Amino acid sequence: MTTPPSLEVSGLAYAYPDGHQALFGVDLTVGRGERVALLGPNGAGKTTLVLHLNGIHTGGAGTVTVAGLPVGKKHLAEIRRKVGIVFQDPDDQLFMPTVREDVAFGPAAAGVRGAELDAVVRKALDRVGMADYADRPPHHLSFGQRRRVAVATVLAMEPEILVLDEPSSNLDPASRRELADILRSLDVTVLMVTHDLPYALELCPRAVILSEGVIAADGRTGEILADTELMARHRLELPFGFVPSSVA
Amino acid sequence: MGAGHAHKLYRHAHSPVHELPPHTKLAAVLGFVVVVVSTPREAVWAFAGYALLLAVVAAKARVPAGFLLKRLLIEVPFVAFALLMPFVVPGEQTEVLGVSLSVPGLWGAWNVLAKGTLGVAASVLLASTTELRALLLGLQRLKLPPMLVQIASFMIRYGDVITDEMRRMSVARRSRGFEARGVRHWGVLAKSAGALFIRSYERGERVHLAMVSRGYTGTMPVIDEVTATRAQWRYAAALPLTALLICLLGWTTS
Amino acid sequence: MAGVVAAGAVAVSLRGARRELGGTSRAEGHGGERTAPLAGLVAAFIFAVQMLNFPVATGTSGHLLGGALAAILVGPWTGVLCVAVVLLMQGILFADGGLTALGVNITVMGVVTVVVAYALFRGLVLVLPRTRRSVTAASFVAALVSVPASAAAFTLIYAIGGTTDVPISKVLTAMVGVHFLIGVGEAVITMLTVGAVIAVRPDLVFGARGLTTPLKLRVDGELVDAQAPAAAPAAPGSPRKLWIGGVVTALVLAGFVSFYASASPDGLEKVAADKGIDAKVEEHAAAGSPLADYGIKDVSNARLSGGLAGVIGVGVTLAVGTGAFWVVRRRRTHQEAAAA
Repeated sequence: MTTPPSLEVSGLAYAYPDGHQALFGVDLTVGRGERVALLGPNGAGKTTLVLHLNGIHTGGAGTVTVAGLPVGKKHLAEIRRKVGIVFQDPDDQLFMPTVREDVAFGPAAAGVRGAELDAVVRKALDRVGMADYADRPPHHLSFGQRRRVAVATVLAMEPEILVLDEPSSNLDPASRRELADILRSLDVTVLMVTHDLPYALELCPRAVILSEGVIAADGRTGEILADTELMARHRLELPFGFVPSSVA
Repeated sequence: MGAGHAHKLYRHAHSPVHELPPHTKLAAVLGFVVVVVSTPREAVWAFAGYALLLAVVAAKARVPAGFLLKRLLIEVPFVAFALLMPFVVPGEQTEVLGVSLSVPGLWGAWNVLAKGTLGVAASVLLASTTELRALLLGLQRLKLPPMLVQIASFMIRYGDVITDEMRRMSVARRSRGFEARGVRHWGVLAKSAGALFIRSYERGERVHLAMVSRGYTGTMPVIDEVTATRAQWRYAAALPLTALLICLLGWTTS
Repeated sequence: MAGVVAAGAVAVSLRGARRELGGTSRAEGHGGERTAPLAGLVAAFIFAVQMLNFPVATGTSGHLLGGALAAILVGPWTGVLCVAVVLLMQGILFADGGLTALGVNITVMGVVTVVVAYALFRGLVLVLPRTRRSVTAASFVAALVSVPASAAAFTLIYAIGGTTDVPISKVLTAMVGVHFLIGVGEAVITMLTVGAVIAVRPDLVFGARGLTTPLKLRVDGELVDAQAPAAAPAAPGSPRKLWIGGVVTALVLAGFVSFYASASPDGLEKVAADKGIDAKVEEHAAAGSPLADYGIKDVSNARLSGGLAGVIGVGVTLAVGTGAFWVVRRRRTHQEAAAA
């Protein structure tokens, strides 16, 4: 028996209550252990799609399945444990008074207590190299450190798939590289929403382009970035002087 | 900017008072204040006794007298008001150094001054020996509604974030040559305040999403719990109980 | 005594706030509970905006008290809750007012300003034509009246619990007079701020929700007479009933306690300084941490607490508050159980 893919989205369409339609039938399958970059211009529906993955938005047409489990009211708690979303602004994600409590929040909400909880927290912080900061308030950390703690808060829940919204934004080059090292070291499926194309190429073998509410391209990241005509059609631009083929 | 962990009044140290569980300290201070306030103002010596009690606590907590007294300065405007009372309150008059003063006014001033000073001193002692995070846990332990504690901790967590945003907006205003000098500039300032509200509210919505994404269903999971032993309760209770004794003596003798 | 009123009001507000904040949800299916993060952020906003200096003339400046603003922006329940939390934290963190005057503070600055402002605002919005300008005009009047109203409430507390014979009518006139002037400043700032928010995100202004969703604005006697929030859906145990119940309970208890309270001192001082002196906080360096900033403000800020009126409240506040919350919580779980 084969294991079901980490994520399976099919025919997903969604309109906001005010009538604005953001998704027009998204089909996307992400296999277990894959690292996929989700690219697309502003307003393409990337964030809307992300919020569907753990059932914050529901009610449109189509289905989302996480590790074989349909996203819906019935399995919501389970789904939210399996889908770990790291939001763009770590200040939104780190809402507890100390790093330790923040990392503990998810597992504790799932009922983990006592020594087991402590172990889970320590392991998650170790994975992002932030174990020494457990008792610090998030406000006292640097931006890069906060982003790493945000990743830890999600890792503590042992997710099936890690969803990162603009993971490299506002990071200095060293923090950016440190985060890349951490992401590479993790043994989970990763879906990475980003405008940082070199970062996508560095971390994700596969990339998809979401444009105007549908998946417009799906393939090897190097090939997609090298297809200048495709890129231009979807308002995607490489940084000056960056040649994908020279890296990949 | 330390609203996160250590706050302005907090003095880091290791002392028996610092190590008491927060809820016992909170309860002790509340008890003390209630006792002080219900003491008859005529029992002047009782207030001296209370002051002595606080001095003992301060010594135990290794809070230097200078620090405590400086914090009490925040009382100054209130002192000014109390000093006015002898002049404005009608009633029996008395001559002090050739100035005519009202006797009930003098008593009123004394009453406000003595009780106010003791109350603030007790609060300062509490704040300087208890970390913010511990205070919140203590409030929770004292059965303050969890929702209120949650709101308070969100306020603490994001107070600095929002104040930072406010400062950035102010820098942006000034970088464009705007300097608020008078009432006619209020419109611009109010627009900033409005923008700040929108940002705060939207951040609240995003924080909620982040919470829900990690399994929040309306109650905060219990992560830390503070507990106190009987001995610790007894230790903390020494302050209000001694005060109560003084208070009772005050009632019987005056 | 005031502590009891405060506790009762906060207890009831907790309930109301859930409804208000739940109702603003734009995205469906969020699940969970929005009150804590949203009210927490709004409280942080009020905390921050109280530090924003509005220069009056050279060297003097005023700043917002925020009760009316909170009521109009997020609704009365959440407003009371946020102001109460701000005051609580100021009391504990900065020993601002000490813990002693907390009951009075919350009653006067939180409950009275918010409720008066919201009642007036709601009434005016219903009477005036439904335009944005009416909303801003109504916020002006609401904020203007809320400040002297809180001064009057303070004087009343003083009169009930006072031991020192200050002629009440004289005090009342003086207090209301002075605070009327402060109210003008508060009103202008509140109006401008509400106007600024309405221009960008009218959907976020609780008090203007009738503008964006006119269907909800049924002219319905209930809305006019005050505390009932606009779009309160008919639910078992309407918030209004609960509110009234809470206030009545608090008042009965207050009367009972004030018998003992008569021995306690008062502080007209508190409000006088809190607002009067606040209104001319010295200009200070914008640099430095917000808390340092706050510390400076502290000096000029009301410390006139002391063993002020309502003081007794502190102990009683906790006892009664807990009781009230317990009752509310029980009712809530019952309801939820019934709903499930």
